[in-house]
Order: sequence, then structure tokens, then C-alpha cells
Amino acid sequence: MLIRHTAALAAMLLLGTAPLAQAADKPTDPQIAHIAYTAGVIDVEAAKQALKKSKNKEVLAFAKDMVRDHEAVNVQALDLVKKLKVTPEDNDTSKALTKAAAGERAKLAKLKGAAFDKAYVDNEVAYHKQVDGALETLLIPSASNAELKSLLETGLKIFQGHEQHAEHVASMLK
Amino acid sequence: MVPKRHLWIALALTVIAAPVKAETIQVTIDKLVFSPATVEAKVGDTIEWVNKDMFAHTATVNGGWEVMIPPKKSASLTLKAAGAVDYFCRFHPNMKGHIAVAP
Repeated sequence: MLIRHTAALAAMLLLGTAPLAQAADKPTDPQIAHIAYTAGVIDVEAAKQALKKSKNKEVLAFAKDMVRDHEAVNVQALDLVKKLKVTPEDNDTSKALTKAAAGERAKLAKLKGAAFDKAYVDNEVAYHKQVDGALETLLIPSASNAELKSLLETGLKIFQGHEQHAEHVASMLK
Repeated sequence: MVPKRHLWIALALTVIAAPVKAETIQVTIDKLVFSPATVEAKVGDTIEWVNKDMFAHTATVNGGWEVMIPPKKSASLTLKAAGAVDYFCRFHPNMKGHIAVAP
């Protein structure tokens, strides 16, 4: 829990303060592509864990939706970086996101049944909110390539949709 | 004097022409937006959703009908009842549409 929050905080600090910092601190397009792709991979991995552990019909359906949508976004992202001849570049934000996600998965691995379902769905709400914020305040404004910006904008709508979907599933678990 | 047969044809044409023809109304889905978001239709009309996204969507009415719209595919629904309905995508509830169905 502490690890997760520390890493999440690190990610939020990185994401949140960058627009106020000097232009040199803004992520570059190869970094943005890496962050966006990583954010998708993290959610697919979380969903795959849920597909293995959950028995709840709503949770399983939601997890399947996450795998399907995020894999579709990432196929588009890979096609785009190939077309633009951009090599996604690992960076501190991607690393913080990955580390936080690993901590979350380890925490969820210890839970079962309804406790797992609730923790997974609650984290999905929080995670999508966090990524929405990063996309809106940092990644989209920082992207210089128009096609990358457009894909990120579609990604934002997908993430916002998932956040609402996760909130709906959370309300059904209560 | 008009031959009886001609009158009959004229009458038949009138009867056939009288009811308003059912239409197919297209709603495009592009980048998670239903467009147009609001459509006006009549009972018997068909709504055809054309999904240009790589994502699966639905057109869902709470407590009512649901149409699954696979990625890069189209799906249709013939409107059976009059009234106004709000619909949304169950996978992405931020996608919203409205259909006003006249009798």
C-alpha cells in the first residue's frame, strides 16, 4: 500500500509539475508514446489478473472489455510510431507507473472473492482517473505530432469511458 | 368516362403512396462520438450505426433495447415504439445519443 502510494505520488508529481516546469522538462513525443503505451499495458495486465481470479460476472465482463479496448489502442499506437519512425523511449514516468502497478498487482494477488473484486474495480476507477489527468494536463498538451495528439485524445475518451464503466461496476458490487 | 380499371389503379396508387415510407437513418461512430447525436425518426424507421472505430461499442437504452456494434462494422435496429429515448455505449458510458421516435 505504501509502496503503491509512494510510486503513485511520484508519478503524479512527475506528471503534475511538468507543465509548470521549463519546456525542457516536457516529455518528448517518444517519451509520450512510451507512457501512453505503458499505461495501456498496465491495465491489460490488471485485467488478466482479474480474469484469472474473479468469479463475478460483471467484473469478468469489465476485465474482458479492458483487454479488448487497450489492446486495440496499443495496436494503433504501435502502427503510429512505426509510421512516424519514432522509437518509444523509456522514462521516469513510465517507470513510476510500472512500479506502482506491480505493487498493486502484488496487493491484489493476496485477495480473494468479493474482496478482490472490490479492490480491483476500485483501483480501476482510481487508475483511470490518474491516467485521464496525465493525458489532459501533460501528455496531450506536450505532444507535438498532430497524429500522436489525436490518438491521445481518442485514448482520453476511452479512459474516461472506462472510468465511468468502472464506477458503474463498483456501484453494482455494493 | 374513365374506365373502371384506371380508377382502380389510381386508387391503388393512392393507397400505396399514402403511408410514409420507412427510412434508414445512419448514425456514424467515430472516435467515440455518435454523430448525429440526436436523430428524429418514426416508428418503422431503421437506425443504422456505422462504427468507424477499432473499438466495440453498444447502443443501449437503460431497461430497454441494446444493439452491439462490433469494431469497423455496422448494426441496425428497427424502431417499434414511439417516444424519446436516450441511449449510451455500455462499454464507454461517456458516449451518448438520443432518438425522438414519432408515431
